[in-house]
Amino acid sequence: MSNGALRGSSPALDMARLRIDKRYLAPILVTLVLIVGQVTFGFLESWSRTALAIATAILVEIVLGRIFSGSWPHLASAYVSGISVGMLVRSPAFWPYALCSAISITSKYVLRVDGRHIWNPSNFGIVAMLVLAADAVASLSVQWGNTLLPMVVVWCFGSVIIYTLGRFHITATYVLSFIALALLRAAVTGHPWTSEMAPITGPMYQLFIFFMITDPKTTVRPVWGQCLVAFLVAAVEAIFRLLQWVHAPYYALFLVGPTSLLVEMALARRRAARMPQVQSAPLAQA
Amino acid sequence: MNRYARPVLALIFVAMLATPAAVRRFGAGVPAELHAGDPQSRYGFTLSQSAAQAGIDFLHEGPTLDQKLAHIMPQVASMGAAVSIVDVDADGHQDLYVTNSREGSKNRLYRNRGDGTFEDIAERLGIAGLNHAETGVSMGSVFGDFDNDGFEDLLLYRWGRQELYRNDGGRRFVRVTGTSLPEWANINTAVWLDFDRDGRLDLFLGGYFPENVNLWKLANTRMMPESFEYARNGGRKYLYRNLGGGRFEEVSASVGLSSSRWALAAVAADLRGTGYPDIFIANDYGVSELFVNEGGRFREVGRETGVGYAPKSGMNASVGDVLNQGRLAIYVSNISEEGILIQGNNLWVPGPTRGGLPKYENLARAMGVDLGGWSFGAQFGDLNNDGFLDIYLVNGFVSASRNESYWYDYSKVAGAHQTIIGDAANWPAMGNRSLAGHQPKKVWVNDGAGRFVDVAQMVGASDRYDGRSVALADFGNHGMLDVVVANQKGPLLLYRNQVAPGRQWVGFELEGGCRPESAGPCTNRSAIGTQVEVFWNGKRQLQEVSGGAGFCAQNQRRLHFGLGAAETIEKVVIRWPSGRTQELPGPEAGRVHRVQEGL
Repeated sequence: MSNGALRGSSPALDMARLRIDKRYLAPILVTLVLIVGQVTFGFLESWSRTALAIATAILVEIVLGRIFSGSWPHLASAYVSGISVGMLVRSPAFWPYALCSAISITSKYVLRVDGRHIWNPSNFGIVAMLVLAADAVASLSVQWGNTLLPMVVVWCFGSVIIYTLGRFHITATYVLSFIALALLRAAVTGHPWTSEMAPITGPMYQLFIFFMITDPKTTVRPVWGQCLVAFLVAAVEAIFRLLQWVHAPYYALFLVGPTSLLVEMALARRRAARMPQVQSAPLAQA
Repeated sequence: MNRYARPVLALIFVAMLATPAAVRRFGAGVPAELHAGDPQSRYGFTLSQSAAQAGIDFLHEGPTLDQKLAHIMPQVASMGAAVSIVDVDADGHQDLYVTNSREGSKNRLYRNRGDGTFEDIAERLGIAGLNHAETGVSMGSVFGDFDNDGFEDLLLYRWGRQELYRNDGGRRFVRVTGTSLPEWANINTAVWLDFDRDGRLDLFLGGYFPENVNLWKLANTRMMPESFEYARNGGRKYLYRNLGGGRFEEVSASVGLSSSRWALAAVAADLRGTGYPDIFIANDYGVSELFVNEGGRFREVGRETGVGYAPKSGMNASVGDVLNQGRLAIYVSNISEEGILIQGNNLWVPGPTRGGLPKYENLARAMGVDLGGWSFGAQFGDLNNDGFLDIYLVNGFVSASRNESYWYDYSKVAGAHQTIIGDAANWPAMGNRSLAGHQPKKVWVNDGAGRFVDVAQMVGASDRYDGRSVALADFGNHGMLDVVVANQKGPLLLYRNQVAPGRQWVGFELEGGCRPESAGPCTNRSAIGTQVEVFWNGKRQLQEVSGGAGFCAQNQRRLHFGLGAAETIEKVVIRWPSGRTQELPGPEAGRVHRVQEGL
């Protein structure tokens, strides 16, 4: 999950005559969701673990931002990455929370192409932990109490944020693709269609839908391309699900996200390489 | 920016990615040299599985429930193998009662002949053929002398009708009628306790599935938990006050004991030193509950004490003084599956007490007893007589194909909305797939310095059955705790313990002062709830006589203390539920002391 979705638009938002810096919107809402979830259901492994994840993310962001950009970084992104780790990682130990946050933030500074980081930070961190620390970490989406209210809350908050930011088409494409592919999987496996649809009804999955796949820093730029990538994430996830990979959505985004960005960059380079030739031809003729 | 900054950061990043491997290698790992050499001299004991030599050939069989559940039968019909220890004829030798669950199958009561062999006398005593679709099938049993006549009576709990049997002098069991026990309830845990300290044993029953569900005649398939972690649509709880004369009164509502979570295990113990037994319930699909007993009334304090926050899949509740500090910790087993679900087991160690409530801290991770697979029953006991309580844990949910797993489908539905997870029809068929099957057991030896080390494979606990219930008893009366394991759809295992020479022990067989016609303050004759604290060689350890602990299990009532190399005991303090305190100065080590409550 990332608050990067907020950075793609103007810096200020007039909401009910209250001007709020858009960069604070996601942190505020995710914090509210966290507090409501914890107070209502006690869904966190513990406050201390989540606090550790947030503190680590912020600390690493401050240090690396200062070193590599020479200025104090805005901490909203790190805060949301930390809180995401605190919600999505499940472990009885403390160290995975700190390590996952540190990996997430550091990945932004290390894994860069043409000056852009290509992985969603918390997606990278969580996948790294699931693969490398499988004995100590899991991320099963069962944390919210599978009742209606938390789902409605997440859907409402998420929709408002994403619509405001003009990225609802990504979420919608993914959801529609997931539903269609779930029906296809049910036909292939012979399992009840409800069981194939089941994951998307889990509230944690909705955080993935609203915040992680819509991160503008790690998604392609054209709207049609964003829709295509969202579909491809769902398609690759469907393949992983047929292979019975429990954490299929994380892995799908981990592969499709950077790949699509690299393709976009390659195409942009090609276009840029062609541009001088097109312009120079008349000159040559002349 | 320094030109070396980015390469250095890349190196740090690689180091971060390598950290989990380093933690595995150097963190909780046990140095290879610790496992070198002869296990008995290294760990102080070995176990040898010797059920067949002892004449035990019990094989558990599961029930066949309503065909609407046929596609997920292995995971629904996944309990019922249970074992309890009882000296049924009061001859000083520990016997064992094991339950079966197939309709028409028979439970067995293995009487200890005292020569290392057992004989099945369940049929003769009238407690064998107790599994039928019409009345339900056995989930477990607990023994307690509810009429104070000197013989342990039997409470058989089932998915179905609950039954109380009076032990008639060790010669037969007679069904007690008119008890008001529920005609139909899906009970998965029961404990004897004297919650009002009137000298008569009362009875707690914890329901799993709701009591309006008959698993053989389902009205519909909406009988699964409404949530994987927040389910409250399970079975209710019952508390039966013993009125004497074989009569019981259900008082749960009037004493504040109310819950509809999915209870799988409960233990009653005086956790706060009030003299009254508190009740701890380990719930599946949710948080644990701690009901403190305030003079005969209960109050749920899970959140206040810290045990009721993180919802997990509680499947065991047992208590033990793991730090030898004179206070009881609580061990709760949960689920851990690498890369999928890491709940971790809980070892709730009491900290400072405020307002009469201890604040518990989960030290399972720190002490190395958190990861036990799909854990079920566990018991505390000093297996190597070194003076520190060890833990024996069994695990494994459904062992079928070794190549196909149900985990993916399970996790898919477990995270779903309640309309999906709560309906069995939505669950994919299991087929022959395993779910956390073929798991290695855990025998965690307490090093006395705050760490446990798993030595199961080294000392001989090498089976991979789907363990459910485990109970400890000294079957040979020789100061060594043997282990009995009841496996779901598997054989009953008897692990004989051989402790290394030079390790001392002491045992206490307690008898409360109450008699059938007793009046006045006295302790129930089974002495359930009595606490014994042994002081030796600068150490102390507290144990309590239990009316059922673990998962569907009951250890021997006799209390066993390891003493290490110490030959002498300073003193023993016995606190009876009646309020009396008895002190034994310097009792002899290496024998069982039979102590009657002095009235």
